[in-house]
Amino acid sequence: MDRVIFHVDCNKFFASVECLHRPEIRDFPVAVCGSTEERHGIVLTANQIASSMGVKTAQPIWQAMQKCPDLITVAPNYPLYMRFSNLVHKICCEYTDKVESFGLDECWLDVSDNVSDFQQGELLAHSIRERIKEELGITVSIGVSWNKVFSKLGSDYKKPDAVTVFSRENYKQKVFPLDCRDLLYVGPATEKKLKSRGIFTIGDIAKAKPEELCSFLGKNGLLLYDFASGRENSPVKNACHKSDIKSVGNSVTAPRDLETLSDIKLTFTVLAETVARRLRDQGLKAEKVGISVRNSELETYVRQISLPFATASTNILVDKAMELFRLNEKEPFKIRSIGICAFNLSSFDKTVQFDLFGDVLRNEKNENLEKTVDVLKERFGGDCIKRASLLSDIKLTDFDPYENHRVHPEGWFKL
Amino acid sequence: MIKYKKTYVGVTAFFSADGKVLPLKIHWEDGSGFPIDKVLDIRPAASLKAGGAGIRYTCRINMHEKYLFLEENRWFVEEICKN
Repeated sequence: MDRVIFHVDCNKFFASVECLHRPEIRDFPVAVCGSTEERHGIVLTANQIASSMGVKTAQPIWQAMQKCPDLITVAPNYPLYMRFSNLVHKICCEYTDKVESFGLDECWLDVSDNVSDFQQGELLAHSIRERIKEELGITVSIGVSWNKVFSKLGSDYKKPDAVTVFSRENYKQKVFPLDCRDLLYVGPATEKKLKSRGIFTIGDIAKAKPEELCSFLGKNGLLLYDFASGRENSPVKNACHKSDIKSVGNSVTAPRDLETLSDIKLTFTVLAETVARRLRDQGLKAEKVGISVRNSELETYVRQISLPFATASTNILVDKAMELFRLNEKEPFKIRSIGICAFNLSSFDKTVQFDLFGDVLRNEKNENLEKTVDVLKERFGGDCIKRASLLSDIKLTDFDPYENHRVHPEGWFKL
Repeated sequence: MIKYKKTYVGVTAFFSADGKVLPLKIHWEDGSGFPIDKVLDIRPAASLKAGGAGIRYTCRINMHEKYLFLEENRWFVEEICKN
């Protein structure tokens, strides 16, 4: 028998949670937006009313205001969204242990063991939908199909508060006419390539020859062919499944353009402190560090460098990040956002080769010191102890990527 | 149309040996108290009127049925706005 897979998608998640908690704005156009003062001024999610007036995710606030002058903007409250995300996840886990999250507001469920056919599956999907609405006050749309890709298409097909079934019987009528852009992993660039070759719909991809798709899309051609023709058969991962961590990184858009090396160093220090602490939390050390830099013209690049030895110490990460930065930028510069990322990770317990000059030993001492600071921060809060250097420009360093900004985008290819 | 607001209240509750929580009395901000005659229903639910979600206790208080919500570690009721 075919598997029965649900894709549960919370409709306009951030905006729905906000509207639930603020009945007074519920009937108006609402958008959850980043802070303009901190230069994160884009729409994160808009509610149904705002969307119908043309407000879209990732639009700058000024553009959204042009489309919808009465738009009510609210600041994001991530802890609240996390709570609701966990509650949705908890409800899903009551039906099956095969629940795979895909970001905060989406997840797949494999309910093959609960139902015998798609008809029963549809009924179960409706009862989950009703339950989430009643218990949490937000709506979800659920796609039901035999593979993850089609079930995701299903949850997009009809919104909000709906269930869509794509079965072997109806998928050719319902899925094939959809625009190829609707398919997972077809972005603007792939869409352009496909359309320039007369491939407009998902059906067109499914009917194309895989070799032909590969000739201009590379190995992704085969992937898209599998996606479009319903051959994709990856399992829904277990709810407690944790992917191996391949990298740890944080980035920030600064409240003002960074114009001096000391601005850069201060910002790198705050970011590296978090990256190093997150590494230590996981019992990991990094052997490589990378930086990402975006200037005020929005040009972005990434660079990476090997570390002399595996480390989870802030100082070394900052020194190497600065070294990389100096190699790539000369004053004057105007940097809008920077990030730091640690990778080539190994376990904390891995044997270390000592060196002649005692650098490794000094690093170990440093790590121990920072571990002690971690304990203090854990017990008394992130502000209880700080580097004196960070006090030189409080406006620039007054952010805590460890406590906030921990919502990460997900990819299909989990490592 | 009747408007409601979310009003956090103090609650005296009974914690049973098996971990269940049963509210006994609601304490209003002005110091007045309302004993709960009976808890008629307990279920997770959202409050669309006041805005929030948690465990909803349907309580009989002085012959009226009222909802009392436990949201994480705070209790709230749906209070009718006077104007």
